[in-house]
Amino acid sequence: MTSWTDLKSALAAQNYVASDDLAVSLHLALSLQRPLLLEGAAGVGKTEVARVLAAAQNSKLIRLQCYEGLDAAQAIYEWNYQRQLLAIRASSEAGETGKQVEDRIFSREYLLERPLLAAITQEQAPVLLIDEIDRADEEFEAFLLEILADYQITVPELGTITATTVPTVILTSNGTRDLSDALRRRCLFAYVDYPDRETELAILQARCAGIETHLAEHIIGFVQTLRKEDLEKVPGIAETLDFAAALMGLGISDLTADPAALHATLTTLLKTQSDRAHITTEVAQRIAGKAA
Amino acid sequence: MSRVTRFAGRDPGATARMAGFMAHLRENGLRLGVQETEAALTALNFVDAAHPAETRRALKAICTGCKDEAQQFDALFDAFWMDAGRVRTKVMPKMTVPTKGDDSVHSSRNAKGEDAGGVGDATAPEAGQGEAESDGEGKLIATEMRNLSRRDLRDLIQPEDIAEAEAIARRLGLALRDRRSRRRVAASKGDRLHFRKTIRRSLATGGEPIRLIQRKRPDRSRKIVALCDVSGSMTVYAQVYLAFLAGLMRGDFTADAYLFHTRLVRITEALRDKDAMRAIGRMSLMADGFGGGSKIGESLDTFAHTYARKFVDGRSVVMIFSDGYDTSPPAHIDAALATLRKRGCRIIWLNPLKGWRDYEPVAAGMAAALPHLDRFAAANTLADLAALEKELVTL
Repeated sequence: MTSWTDLKSALAAQNYVASDDLAVSLHLALSLQRPLLLEGAAGVGKTEVARVLAAAQNSKLIRLQCYEGLDAAQAIYEWNYQRQLLAIRASSEAGETGKQVEDRIFSREYLLERPLLAAITQEQAPVLLIDEIDRADEEFEAFLLEILADYQITVPELGTITATTVPTVILTSNGTRDLSDALRRRCLFAYVDYPDRETELAILQARCAGIETHLAEHIIGFVQTLRKEDLEKVPGIAETLDFAAALMGLGISDLTADPAALHATLTTLLKTQSDRAHITTEVAQRIAGKAA
Repeated sequence: MSRVTRFAGRDPGATARMAGFMAHLRENGLRLGVQETEAALTALNFVDAAHPAETRRALKAICTGCKDEAQQFDALFDAFWMDAGRVRTKVMPKMTVPTKGDDSVHSSRNAKGEDAGGVGDATAPEAGQGEAESDGEGKLIATEMRNLSRRDLRDLIQPEDIAEAEAIARRLGLALRDRRSRRRVAASKGDRLHFRKTIRRSLATGGEPIRLIQRKRPDRSRKIVALCDVSGSMTVYAQVYLAFLAGLMRGDFTADAYLFHTRLVRITEALRDKDAMRAIGRMSLMADGFGGGSKIGESLDTFAHTYARKFVDGRSVVMIFSDGYDTSPPAHIDAALATLRKRGCRIIWLNPLKGWRDYEPVAAGMAAALPHLDRFAAANTLADLAALEKELVTL
């Protein structure tokens, strides 16, 4: 790709509307071969951008979902103990020496690749998505440092495995805890915010083909106003799309026409009991009226 | 956008200018090294560097590392490239006014010293129901008495006293944080073997226990979130509370700190500064940046609806340092604390006025807050703060 506008249109071809900030960051991450850390609220399209980027580049997406307690064995590599044991049993019958057995069972053949190792040993550079890094423990961040800086993995028994191709690394974080400075330093950073009215409208029209312009504008107006309400869980773009799909499925073309139906479809936007209680039918009508 | 800095003819070139920009960012609190300068220069090859908006976006991706930095970056970029050249301007956002340590510490301390005399007026309750009189009296009596035995916190502006406040903050932090669970769970680094799991796992390897699973008592540590009121009426106590906060943050890497006045500011990052005095200076500057009265209710409300969602859970202890004199209606405090309470946290309110003789929490704001508190304690001498340790253990 030659410039960030090309990248932006490539993403747009995959129905992903990226903000200029995000497009430039992605472009730089690709050009400089540096990992990109995306931060932002849930549901603003952080994970999606990795998927779309892989599709746009025609490359494989390797995803590592982080969780508390994630360790090297699940993220980087693990020895295939069963096979090693079988090999030891078999070789003792065949009369191999200890040294020979050892050399054999600690070879690449007996190494199970987990996402991070898989990502650096591909023929064609993949997109590596490390999702919700803030959920993993701080220890795990330390594992990542070597991989993100040098694209290599050290296996004590085997030596250092260097990358055949450098993957495009995208890390996402919801900001539930502060990440270490060491990790931040190695990454480019972009903050993904809730989209503004025009961007969200473009996203909606790209994703929901055949939606009427009038309804689309009305939906976006509604959601944008709703985000300003005092909610526990602010609806993201994914929720907006669900909401639009629900309205289209029910054949509603005017939000103010049927208060009961609107309230029923709010289930796609509001995900907690207190939010549902807070946005009553009347409140929803008021917001819809304002948005119209 | 049309204002672009004109550099002098003797300007040494783009590389030096970029180095200058990095120094400018560094001076304003962003943590950047030589590597970033190099990356920034390389990055400019990949965008249209003659186009300010593109350069801004590219440098933003390289130089920032978290949301706060991203938000302050635009102002810093403008200050350097758009009209002021190398000269640092003072139009930084309030969140980010770290300047050189020495200056700030001196200026803030001087300011505090001057203030200390004439603050009696400021403490008079604005929403007071004929309470101003007793307030004034109580204060006089209290200072007279305390001078004999214990010292009031406002005298505490010497560095060694700040160090003492820090030590106490650390002890309090420890008292709150050391909470190990009674049960043991599987862990990669534990103190005992987890036999059941080890044997179960050994089935996969033909009965050979190759991987030993261990177990330990997991930490159920409490996280401290401190909110400090720095309104006019609290000025005399602010410096010491801030020292206390600094101690807390330096001893405990999970702690979180905020200042409020008429609005709320997160100071956790500023307090992580390695140099204690500089951290306090940076923070004092933030505190000084505010003016006017206090909006406790609104600040707590902001906290409950923004940061608290991220950082407060059932294992948090929220400490509020405030005298409870609020210019907004008490219903605000009530609602904010109720919301906060729902997150399952403990709330401790430390009120400097409570240490005075005959103090009653009759200020409307304080009265509204009382039902939501787990502890309501005095904290106007170091001894008071130290005494809290025992109480916190029982929380």
